[in-house]
Amino acid sequence: MGAQKKGATARVSEDPEELARNPLQAILLADSFATTFRPITLERPKVLLPLVNIPMIDYTLAWLESAGVEEVFVFCCAHSKQVIDYLESSQWSSQPNFSVATIESHNSISAGDALRLIYERNVIHGDFVLISGDTVSNMLLTQALQEHKERKKKDANAIMTMVVKQSKPSPITQQSRLGTDELFMAINPVTKQLLCYEDKAEYSKGFISLDKTLIADNPSIILHNDKQDCYIDICSQEVLSLFTDNFDYQHLRRHFVKGLLVDDIMGYKIFTHEIHSSYAARIDNFRSYDTISKDIIQRWTYPFVPDVLCGSTAIKVERQGTYRASDVTLSRSAHVGSFTFIGQGTKIGNDTKISHSVVGKGCTIGSNVTIEGSYIWNNVTIEDGCQLRNAIVCDGVIMKSGAVLQPGVILSFKVVVGHQFVVPAYSKVSLLQQPTQQDSDEELEYADSTSGTGELQSEKLNGDIAPDLSETASELGTGGVGYIWSVFEGVQDEEWRHSVAPIPTDKLVKLMLDEDEEQLTQDGNVLSASGELKADSDDNGSEDENNEDSRDDYVFFEKEVEATFLRAVHENVKVDHAVLEVNALRLSYNMASVDCAGAIFYSMMKLAVESPHSSASELLKNAAEMITKWQKLLKSFLHDIDEEIEVILKFEEMCLESAKEFAALFPQVLHLLYDKEILQEDAILRWADEKEGADESDKVFLKRSEKFIQWLKEAEEEEDDD
Amino acid sequence: MDFQVVVLAGGNSKKLTPLISKDVPKPLLPVANRPLLYYVLHQLRESNLKDLIVVVEGEDAALHVGSWISKTFVDGLHVKIAAVPEDIGTAGALRAISHHLTAKDILVVSGDLVSDVPPGAVAATHRRHDAAVTAMLCSVPVSGSLESGSSGGKDKTKKPGRYNIIGLDPCKQFLLHIATGSEIEKDSRLQKRILHAVGQMEIRSDLMDAHMYAFKRSVLQEVLDHKDTFQSLKQDVVPYLVRSQLKSEALLNGISQAEENGNEKLSSPNNQVLDSKILANASTPSFHELYSMEPDGSAQTRKTHKCCAYIASSSSYCVRLNSIQAFMDINRDVTGDADHLLSDTSSDRDNIIGPSPKLGSKTTVGPHCMLGEGSEIGDKCQVKRSVIGRHCRIGSHVKIVNSVVMNHVTIGDGCIIQGSVVCSNVQLQERVVLKDCLVGAGFVVTMGNEYKGESLARKEK
Repeated sequence: MGAQKKGATARVSEDPEELARNPLQAILLADSFATTFRPITLERPKVLLPLVNIPMIDYTLAWLESAGVEEVFVFCCAHSKQVIDYLESSQWSSQPNFSVATIESHNSISAGDALRLIYERNVIHGDFVLISGDTVSNMLLTQALQEHKERKKKDANAIMTMVVKQSKPSPITQQSRLGTDELFMAINPVTKQLLCYEDKAEYSKGFISLDKTLIADNPSIILHNDKQDCYIDICSQEVLSLFTDNFDYQHLRRHFVKGLLVDDIMGYKIFTHEIHSSYAARIDNFRSYDTISKDIIQRWTYPFVPDVLCGSTAIKVERQGTYRASDVTLSRSAHVGSFTFIGQGTKIGNDTKISHSVVGKGCTIGSNVTIEGSYIWNNVTIEDGCQLRNAIVCDGVIMKSGAVLQPGVILSFKVVVGHQFVVPAYSKVSLLQQPTQQDSDEELEYADSTSGTGELQSEKLNGDIAPDLSETASELGTGGVGYIWSVFEGVQDEEWRHSVAPIPTDKLVKLMLDEDEEQLTQDGNVLSASGELKADSDDNGSEDENNEDSRDDYVFFEKEVEATFLRAVHENVKVDHAVLEVNALRLSYNMASVDCAGAIFYSMMKLAVESPHSSASELLKNAAEMITKWQKLLKSFLHDIDEEIEVILKFEEMCLESAKEFAALFPQVLHLLYDKEILQEDAILRWADEKEGADESDKVFLKRSEKFIQWLKEAEEEEDDD
Repeated sequence: MDFQVVVLAGGNSKKLTPLISKDVPKPLLPVANRPLLYYVLHQLRESNLKDLIVVVEGEDAALHVGSWISKTFVDGLHVKIAAVPEDIGTAGALRAISHHLTAKDILVVSGDLVSDVPPGAVAATHRRHDAAVTAMLCSVPVSGSLESGSSGGKDKTKKPGRYNIIGLDPCKQFLLHIATGSEIEKDSRLQKRILHAVGQMEIRSDLMDAHMYAFKRSVLQEVLDHKDTFQSLKQDVVPYLVRSQLKSEALLNGISQAEENGNEKLSSPNNQVLDSKILANASTPSFHELYSMEPDGSAQTRKTHKCCAYIASSSSYCVRLNSIQAFMDINRDVTGDADHLLSDTSSDRDNIIGPSPKLGSKTTVGPHCMLGEGSEIGDKCQVKRSVIGRHCRIGSHVKIVNSVVMNHVTIGDGCIIQGSVVCSNVQLQERVVLKDCLVGAGFVVTMGNEYKGESLARKEK
């Protein structure tokens, strides 16, 4: 590969003095700390996956070299040995003026860990480029670097410059063409300072909220929905130490960027640099793999295109964007369509049609095969009559004659698809069994078992394959080898979003309809919001607002308590610990223990209602169990009678609003609480007294529990008599 | 131009007591010796918008205003006076006169707007985009900046206030978000749908909604009819229209289109598609049209309406007289930097200094002052940055600084008036000292009294 020739010409000319003092450094993360490329990444690190027949990391390194970076630290974690071996054997180990050093780790689970480790190594001495090994770009760093340096000179807090690029997400799927979720960024149009970064903005559906202080500080803000984060960051040294200071920072964007934006004590600032004509994109998922491959074939990434990177003697570009290696054996009747890449030593049989696809080295493709929009890696055997549409086929796969891959299929290494077997759309097939733990998305992101332990796992699993063969044969047809991974519940619907296959039109139509429906339901919200607006009376406006604020606070508090409680229930946390946690919440929200009691009781009853029950008596049983089990927790917050009354009031409120099912059981539960000595009779009687004077409508529950109260009163009198 | 103008002149405003009274309703409050309403009407006449409905709160006030208009704008303006009950809000006032509205588009102007922004330009913008509503936005007045070059005397280093939070599209033509009132103090909630359609939204807090709107009549009437809780144009109607601009089928359920395309039946959805096409017939496709298209780019299924913004250039003058402070500022500006607002020809009988000034010896009248016709000033007086009305009698050794003195005021010898407003027919006896005071009409301040920061008014009978 001959990128260095290009690199030499495109080298950034910078002040020689400055260069001498501080060679430009880069940190390349050769681990994405994500699982989007599973099952492939169980066996090979993502950065070594071929992108138009060249490992991704080569694109990144070639660009770094051309952009004037002199020292690259490649951080590898998952399959680190493979990465190191590759780099040692590649041209990168012996470049003049461009050194590639590897940093290996076995226990890093996130980019944050990686940067902390690099900080400890103390190898970065100035500004550096932070990039992951799956980025393809041809931008010039000069301008961005200069802007960064000038800003840094004026304001020591300007520690990072993010590269962004125009890319409007689809109005229907709200995804960029790279398959990433929509991103909202607020940028000051004059200074280009990044003010807000929101990549997971579902929580407030339909709305995005901007902090009022931002608006107060900036007379003009541009809120972008049409920018793509290129994941190329120019950082100052402080970034590394910040990661060390904030040991909980894991994700570069979600924690670090957002953390800095929210933190107004340190006052660190992040700026953006927009590129217009050059290319920069990161391969985040299969959809971006597809998109970027096409961009490379269509030469948007020039000079980082296959014929330049591999040397123009090996690969020739023909008309209509067809790339063909010199020694391809092509049958006369085979048809290779536009925007297709055929690698060295590949043989293609009669009447085979290939279009918009990449076929790697040493593949054998039989006759009457149709390949459309697919990515076939090296040494793949495709027998006669197979059909492939929008699939990724890894090294060493064998497709027996007549096999069909429906759109979106991923065949990992050495899978064998049986004779005439149809692999259903969006299947992921691997020789390795699917890891069993079904973490939530969020956890997967950080505690990815591919990093560090992935290799071990794969070795172990490889050993298991032989005995399992007979079993798996059924999964991929006769003679097939491999497991079809089942899709996690809930993710299934979303599989098409990140697949290599284009989004089917029926999905689009469905989305449109869904959105319209959502509009209708949202109309109600809009109207109610406007109802709120008309409360413009001057006299009590401010008061209302205050009330609202404190009520909001309480709502949040209640939610937190509920979450804590649920965790306590599900994870069998000790009561003492739960008490401690609730107390911590109470302090942080500045609530009284009255509020705690109310919130805990609310959570208990809510859980009781939510646990399955078919009749009122079962519900009562649920509630009884709940109260028995957690009475200690509740009691820790019931110091005096007021708090007990609060519990009754809360219960009353629930019966009226959120948990109407309890309405009929009100007296029973009250009695239960009395029996468990959670409520004293004084509390109940005082509640009854208070309610005596209330409106008729307020006395519903009082009347229902009249009998019980009567009984209580009598008991009391009897006691007095004694 | 098929434009009807509704001037919401108001009538009684608690904020302006004691400046206004039964005899002097807000539209007739003298600003640089002209009734407030003059400024709006003058601009409208300049823009050739002559079909006017002036809405006044209260019957009596309406009579007063009516007689003044018929005296002043005899020719050129076709004015209808409509009286509405008090405290029904701006939307309520429009609802009350809704039956008078016939033109295709309606321009609604607040009567207390003192501005040199041509209303015609707002109307033209509205027409060009075929918008449902067009709002005029102006820069937030920075207190002190306007007169800083000339006087520099009252230069408070005040942070520019925030009146609205406005979201605009990249070409600054469309209004995508508007927040008023108490919403400004909260975190802004921006609709993702609009953001998706536009791509980027500029959020400005340095613009102000100047309360000059052009509405499509059908839309306006529809909203007024269906949302009977809406009271204010600024706080309810306009934000509602802006919010719902990409899903207007809930709002324009066929009625407005039926009127415009009278011969079409609206039974099938196909017709609605056609309607929205007609509704969105601007020359270049805007994001509204793009949004309303199907993924295959053919039929339009979603209804949208456009909300446009006309942004006044930052050099233009645009202030609403809705507080005492604004009253003082406007008086100062109109006689000072923004005096082009007065430089007209037709009904002008006032110069900066009236035609027959009778100034005593050694009396100085500084720049940026206005002296009404027939007023007399005695010896050794000083008038600085003040407006003095007609037929005032001012004694000797009087000092008037940064103040407004209305008509027929008698000021005794040796009075000192600073930063105050003295309404018509007030009598200030000798050696009265007023500092930052408001003196209501007909009040008599007895000899030698000193007041500071007080509001003096006659008790209403």
